[in-house]
Amino acid sequence: MKTFQERIDNGETIEPKDDMPDRYRQQLIRMMSQHAHSEVVGMLPEGNWITRAPSLRRKMILLSKVQDEAGHGLYLYSATETLGASRKEVINQLLEGKAKYSSIFNYPTLTWADVAVIGWLVDGAAIINQTMLARSSYGPYSRAMVRICKEESFHKKQGYEMVATMADGTPEQQDMIQDAVNRWWWPTLMMFGPHDENSPNSAELIKWGVKSKTNDELRQSFVDRHVAEAHEVGLEIPDDDLEYNEETGHWEFGEIDWDEFWNVVKGNGPMNKERMKARREAHENGKWVREAAEEYARKQKLSKEKAS
Amino acid sequence: MSTATKSKELTKQKALFEYLVRLADDRLILGHRLSEWCGHGPILEEDIALANIALDYIGHAANLYEYAVEIEGEGRHRDDLVYFRNDPEYKNLKLVELPKGDFGFTIARQFLFSSYSYYLYQLLSDIEDEQIRGMVEKHFKEVKYHLRHSREWILRLGDGTEESHSRIQDAFNDMWTYVGELFYQDEVDEFLQEKNLAADTASFKSDWKDLVTDTLEEATLDVPDWNQFMVEGSRQGLHTEHLGHLLAEMQHLRRSYPDADWE
Amino acid sequence: MSKENENNSEDTQWPLWEVFTQPRDGKPHEHAGSLHAPDAEKALENARDVYTRRKEAVNLWVVPSNQIVASKGEDEGPFFDPADDKPYRHPQFYSVPRVSKRRS
Ligand SMILES: [Fe+2]
Ligand SMILES: [Fe+2]
Ligand SMILES: [Fe+2]
Repeated sequence: MKTFQERIDNGETIEPKDDMPDRYRQQLIRMMSQHAHSEVVGMLPEGNWITRAPSLRRKMILLSKVQDEAGHGLYLYSATETLGASRKEVINQLLEGKAKYSSIFNYPTLTWADVAVIGWLVDGAAIINQTMLARSSYGPYSRAMVRICKEESFHKKQGYEMVATMADGTPEQQDMIQDAVNRWWWPTLMMFGPHDENSPNSAELIKWGVKSKTNDELRQSFVDRHVAEAHEVGLEIPDDDLEYNEETGHWEFGEIDWDEFWNVVKGNGPMNKERMKARREAHENGKWVREAAEEYARKQKLSKEKAS
Repeated sequence: MSTATKSKELTKQKALFEYLVRLADDRLILGHRLSEWCGHGPILEEDIALANIALDYIGHAANLYEYAVEIEGEGRHRDDLVYFRNDPEYKNLKLVELPKGDFGFTIARQFLFSSYSYYLYQLLSDIEDEQIRGMVEKHFKEVKYHLRHSREWILRLGDGTEESHSRIQDAFNDMWTYVGELFYQDEVDEFLQEKNLAADTASFKSDWKDLVTDTLEEATLDVPDWNQFMVEGSRQGLHTEHLGHLLAEMQHLRRSYPDADWE
Repeated sequence: MSKENENNSEDTQWPLWEVFTQPRDGKPHEHAGSLHAPDAEKALENARDVYTRRKEAVNLWVVPSNQIVASKGEDEGPFFDPADDKPYRHPQFYSVPRVSKRRS
């Protein structure tokens, strides 16, 4: 029989009932549930603008985009459940503050331009990460990613379209969109995680075929793509060290403020408390609803059994 | 900019514009209230369901406004109706502008409104206007689903736990004074009904009451008094205090930069 | 059991269901994913809302997840090998002339 690592190296897909090392299972549960939490918490910053969207078209696009993110969370929680971690369990870890989610969602959305920039940069970063994960060795994760990636391309497109409209708009719109880029650019670069040498998880995930690129590789392809897109619409990237390297064909960029990164990870971001409060409130306010439906189902089953 | 409602001045164009705006306002404002649930629903599945319904309503409203400005023929955009009218010019029912409340309140209102819409759309699919019929044909499928979704919830909340029973009962009691207006009709309706361009809501009132009564009874709920005092005035632009706040939120960005294009 | 765990056990996220969607008339149902629902009716409604937002299906099946019986990974060799050397079982084995379908 092949060893687990041989199966991985062969490019085989691991399915839920297959034998797998406990560490593989635990790492996947951690990574996938964090990803699920990120999708759900990620609804909040953009959701903040649904009622204020400046046109009906934009309102409908934003609402369906944020709704998609709920779907992504749902697909990912489901995929995590195939590893034996129930949704109830992992959601409680989030609500008790024991689980992480992407730090990017701890930044506030201060103007409408933030909605545009999130679609363009944050979803743009997500696509780069998720396209890789769609080839992950764990079947349910990779299938969830394939489904999600299809929807993400709409997310990025609508964002970039709005960025372009505002960059080509009135002076106020231009200021607003540049200001949003200035605030979101660096936090977006942080989304890819610490440098490779400081990211032991990353190496292990690559060994197991969950990831196929390092944090720094993914970050570089993000920068290359988005610097070009920024210039296309006349926006500036807030990085004095940004320089094109003719030899490598890549954009070289400045150092990330890692103090800020770790601070936000540890819960000191501008919106950490509000985001968790919103999630907890939704959970607590929904409790009676979830219970009622379950109780009704129990009663119905009982009366059916009696009748038969 | 507002519309004439005195029968002397009524023309087909004015009446149809007013009729479409009333239909659209109901759906936009209710869609707005539902959209407030996005990210805050009781469970992920239901968060997605409520967003779907909100999107349906806002989409229906968009189609109706678009046709309204076309009928009006003054070159306005549908967004002009959404973002540049003040509260008295909004003609939606007070029922739909009430704050979203708890999930029970939201669902009770969904049930009353979607069951009403279910009968309304049946009639609208027969009127003498091809554009409205086309829209209705598209939207009716969704309206049927809204009814199914909310009716099934009424059963579960009514016959669920003690807490859910009392919450949903309170919700119906609290909003009951606003349901009378669902069947308000005036000269706009009469004018259009003569030309078979509008639905006569009186014709399905008793069917609707039966559906509501049957559902509430199946859900072990009490039907509030149909003959209690009912508020009026929505179709004349008389609203609760809630609409002003809703519009302030919805319109402020667009109005702050009137020259900007956001599409 | 810790106090937190007791609290958790009071919470419900409803049972898990598997969703199968039929992409088009005449096509077989395929697994789309899972969701949580209190009962079959709500499972169907949720499946519609979650898995057909982009018109991905003309028909839906929902099945309680605990009713699914799966073959084990270790069975894979003996269980599935027979099909592997019988390519004629697979439609891709045949090249057929395209017939244009007419609706009467
Ligand atoms: Fe997403
Ligand atoms: Fe994502
Ligand atoms: Fe996204």
